[in-house]
Amino acid sequence: MTEELFGKTAHELSSLLKKREISSVEIVESVYSRIGAVEDKIKAFVSISREQALEAARKADAKLKSGENTDPLCGIPVAIKDNMCTKGVTTTCSSKILANYLPPYDATVVAKLKELGAPSTGKTNLDEFAMGSSTENSGFHTTRNPWNIETVPGGSSGGSAAAVASGESIAALGSDTGGSIRQPASFCGVVGLKPTYGRVSRYGLVAFASSLDQIGPITKDVTDAALLMNAIAGYDAKDSTSVNAPVPDYRNVLVGNAKRFRIGIISDLMGKGIDEEVKIAVRDAAKQLEKLGAIVEEVSLPTLEYAVPAYYIIAPAEASSNLARYDGVKFGRRSKDAPDLITMYYNTRREGFGSEVKRRIMIGTYALSAGYYDAYYLKALKVRTLIKQDFEKAFTRFDVLISPTAPSPAFRIGEKVSDPIAMYLSDIATIPVNLAGLPAISLPCGFSHGLPIGLQMIGEAFSEEKLLQLAYTYEQNTDWHKRKPELKGG
Amino acid sequence: MHSKYETVIGLETHAQLLTESKMFCSCSTKFGSKPNTNICPVCTGQPGVLPVINKKAIELAIKTAIALNCRIEKMSVFARKHYFYPDLPKDFQVSQYELPLATGGFVEIEVEGKKQKIGITRIHLEEDAGKLVHKGAARIMGAGESLVDYNRTGVPLMEIVTEPDIRSPLEAKVFMETLQHLLQFIGVCDAKMEEGSLRCDANLSLRPAGETKLGTKTEVKNMNSFRAVLKALEAEEKRHAEVLNEGGKILQETRFFDDINETTIGMRSKEFAHDYRYFPEPDLVPVEPDHQWIETIKNTLGELPEAKSERFFNEYSLAAGINKILISDKLKADFFERTVKHFNKPEMIANWIIGDIAAYLNENKKSINEISLTPEKLSEILKLIDNGTITGKIAKNILLEVLGTGKTVQDIIKEQGLTQISDEGELVKIVGDVIKNNPKQVDEFKSGKDTVIMFLVGQVMKASKGRAKPDKAQELLRKALG
Ligand SMILES: [Zn+2]
Repeated sequence: MTEELFGKTAHELSSLLKKREISSVEIVESVYSRIGAVEDKIKAFVSISREQALEAARKADAKLKSGENTDPLCGIPVAIKDNMCTKGVTTTCSSKILANYLPPYDATVVAKLKELGAPSTGKTNLDEFAMGSSTENSGFHTTRNPWNIETVPGGSSGGSAAAVASGESIAALGSDTGGSIRQPASFCGVVGLKPTYGRVSRYGLVAFASSLDQIGPITKDVTDAALLMNAIAGYDAKDSTSVNAPVPDYRNVLVGNAKRFRIGIISDLMGKGIDEEVKIAVRDAAKQLEKLGAIVEEVSLPTLEYAVPAYYIIAPAEASSNLARYDGVKFGRRSKDAPDLITMYYNTRREGFGSEVKRRIMIGTYALSAGYYDAYYLKALKVRTLIKQDFEKAFTRFDVLISPTAPSPAFRIGEKVSDPIAMYLSDIATIPVNLAGLPAISLPCGFSHGLPIGLQMIGEAFSEEKLLQLAYTYEQNTDWHKRKPELKGG
Repeated sequence: MHSKYETVIGLETHAQLLTESKMFCSCSTKFGSKPNTNICPVCTGQPGVLPVINKKAIELAIKTAIALNCRIEKMSVFARKHYFYPDLPKDFQVSQYELPLATGGFVEIEVEGKKQKIGITRIHLEEDAGKLVHKGAARIMGAGESLVDYNRTGVPLMEIVTEPDIRSPLEAKVFMETLQHLLQFIGVCDAKMEEGSLRCDANLSLRPAGETKLGTKTEVKNMNSFRAVLKALEAEEKRHAEVLNEGGKILQETRFFDDINETTIGMRSKEFAHDYRYFPEPDLVPVEPDHQWIETIKNTLGELPEAKSERFFNEYSLAAGINKILISDKLKADFFERTVKHFNKPEMIANWIIGDIAAYLNENKKSINEISLTPEKLSEILKLIDNGTITGKIAKNILLEVLGTGKTVQDIIKEQGLTQISDEGELVKIVGDVIKNNPKQVDEFKSGKDTVIMFLVGQVMKASKGRAKPDKAQELLRKALG
C-alpha cells in the first residue's frame, strides 16, 4: 500500500490521514521512494531535504494524532520551486550565482505551509531566475517531461510540474510571470493555477518581474488546487502589492455545475501558430462545457497580438533592475582574484549568469536607458493598459474566457534553444493574462501523440472561485486527469 | 560683490527624518550602533524581499511640506534609481522621481534686515545608502580592503529642492540656517550639518547683471557646515567671475569643496554622467495621502516660528532680539508661555530663560524639558525677587540648586537661610561695618562724588552674601553718611 501513496492526490491522502489509516511519515517515505526510483530520469529537483521533511511529517502526525483541528494539507508533502526562500535551505533560482545561497528567512507561502504542517520535500528546478519555457535555461540541468523524457516539461516551473506528474511530489508550488505555472502544467498534464496579481504574497519569491510575478499551485487535480489556494492566498503586510480582500474557502465552489456560465473562446488564440490537434482538443472541451449547461461564444481580443512584444520589454526591464543586486558584494557567488571593484562586478556577473538571463538583462537595461525609455518601456506600458481594457470589455459579456494554454504539446529538448523568438511565442496564450493581472487555470483536455494538451480558463480579477468551479465541473466529466505517464523513452 | 554679474544659486538639501525605523523595513535608525547590527533581509537587499513604506516618514515629510507652504500631491510615486556601488545593497536606490510628495512652496529668509521668499520646487522621500570604510586608500579604488556598514542603509531621507532664487552665498547660508531652524522646530529632523543629518549640494551660475537667461552652472558638493556653504559658494562665485572675466567658458560639472584650502575642485565630468534608468518601483503602490490625514497632521504641527514670533511680539511685547532667541527653540518658547501663565512678567521670564537657564542647558547639553526646573518652580523663584523676599543673586543660586538637586524652592531657602534680610537692625550693623572699613570711599562721597555710593552698596551686598536688598542698603548708607 505504502508504495502507492505517492500516486494519490492531496485530498485523497488527507482523508486517509484523518481516518488515521496512514501517517504523514508513510506518505513522505513513499514520495522519497518514488524520487529514488525515477529522479535520475526526470531530474525535477535542485535539492532534496529528506531529514527536514521527515521531521515535519512526524510533527504533523503528532498534530493529527492529538485530534486537533488540522488543515487538509497537514501532513501532505509539497515541493517548492527553488525561487522561493526557505530559511537555512539553499534557494538557488537554478542559477550558479546563487548556487550556495542560504536565505535568512522563509517566504510567506513557505511559512504558511510550515505553519499548517505540510512538509517540504525539496526545491524544484526552473529556468534560471524563472526566465524560460523549458527548464533548459537552468544553470544546473534540464528537467524531463514524464510523458516523454525526450521532451521538455515546460517552464519555468518545469521541475514542479514534472515532480507532480511523475509522482515525485503530491503537490507543488510554482511561480508564474508569463505562463510559468500554466505552460508546464499543460505540458505535464497536471493542473496549474496562476492567481490574481496580489492574491498571494510575493514576499520571499525571488523577483523576476515584480509587476507580473505570482505564486500558485501545481497539483494533480482541481480539488488539490483549491486546497493549496486556501493555504497560500491572502493579504500580507510584508507585500505592499498584495490585496487586502477576504479569502473565500475555495472548497465551497467544488460543485459540478456549469449552468449559466457564459464562456468566450478567444478566437485570436485559435488561429495561426496553434497546432491543429490543440485547437481540436480545446473546441471539444468547449462543446463538453456547452453540454454541461454553459453558453459558449467566440470573442476577439485584438490587442493580444501585441502582448508578447510588450511583455518582452516590461519583464526584462524589471528583471534588469531586480537582478542588479547579484553583484558579488553581499551574498551569492563572488568572482575570485579581481584586481578592483568594477572587474569583480563584471566577472561575477559574467560567470554567474547564464546566457538567457544576460540577454534579458541587456534588453531590459536598453529599454530603460535615457532616450529609449519612452519608445520602449512607456509604450509597452500603454499596450499593457490596452490589453487590460480588452479583457475588461470581454468580461462584460463573459464569466470565463478559454483558450489553449500553449500553442503545442511539449516540444523536444533542444528544439528551440537556438531560436529565442520561437521559445518566447510558446507563451503567447499565457502572457496576456499576467499583463492584465488576471487569474487563470490550466487543466488537461486531451492528448496528442501521447503528450498532454492544456486548456486555459481565464477569469476576472479575484474570480478564482468561478475558475475553480468551471474547471472542477469539466474535470468531473472527463478522464484526462486520471491518466498517468509511464515514464517512457530515454 | 561682483557687481558686473548676478549670482544665481539653487540648493538641494537632504534631511534625515526622525523616525524610529527605516524607510522600508522595521530596523532601528539609531545612530552610532555597532556596524551591521541594525540590519535585516529587507535593508540588505536579500533575494525575494519587498519594501513596505514607513508611514511615519510620509507623515514627517507632509509636516515639512505644510511648514514650507508646499502643495501636497494627491499621488506620488517611488521610483528606482540604478547605479552599482557596494553601499547600495540592491544596486538601486528607491526615491521619488517624476511624481514627488510635494511641490511649489517657499521659505522666507531675512538677510541684512531684508525679508525675501525662496521658492521650494519639490520635497520628496528616498532611502539613504550605507557607509564604506576603506583600508589602504581614501577611496574604493586602490584600497586593499573595503568594509561596508549597512546600518544607515534605508534610513529615510527627505530631499528639499529650492528654485534658483538665491542670489548670494550669504543668502544660501541664511537659507540653510532658516531651514535647520524650521526642521528642528517642527521636530522632523535634528538637522545637524556637521553630523550629516542635514546635507546640501548647490547649483551655482553667474550671468551679466540684467540678463534673464541663466548662465552655465556647476554643482558644488561636500559642504558640511553653514560656514562651508558660505566659503564654498564664495570660492565658486569668485572662480566663475574670474573665468568669465577672462573670456572663458564655465564647464558644467560637479565640484567638491576643499574645506582646508577653501577652494572647489572639479571632478572629471564624465565620471558623473550616469544614466540612472529610473522607472516606477513595482513593489510599492503610489502614495495617496487622504485629505483627513493631512488635516490631522496640520493640527499636530502647531504654530510655526514666523507666526509665533509675531504673536510673542504682540502678546508679550518682547524685544525683537529676545523674541528671536526664545523662538529658536520650540521647547523654550513653550516653557516661557507656561511660566507666564503663573507669573505675568514676560520680559523677566524671557531674560532668565535665555540667560542663566540657557547657559546651564548648553553646559549640560540638555534641553529644557529634560531638567528638574519646571515653569511652576521658575515662577516661584521670580515671584520672590519681585516681592523683595530675595535678591537676584540669591535667585540665581536657588535656580542652580534646583537644577542641580531637584529640591523644592522652599526647602532650599529654608536650608540655606537665603531670604532677604528683613531685620533692619541687622542691615544697619552691616552698613556701619562697611562705612568703617572703607574710609577712602566715604571721604570721596562726602566730598561730593555721589557715584561712589554704588561701590558702597556693592560692599553691603558682599558682606550680606547677597541677602541685602540693594535699594534698602543705599537708603541706609545715605542716612548714615548724611
Ligand atoms: Zn532592515
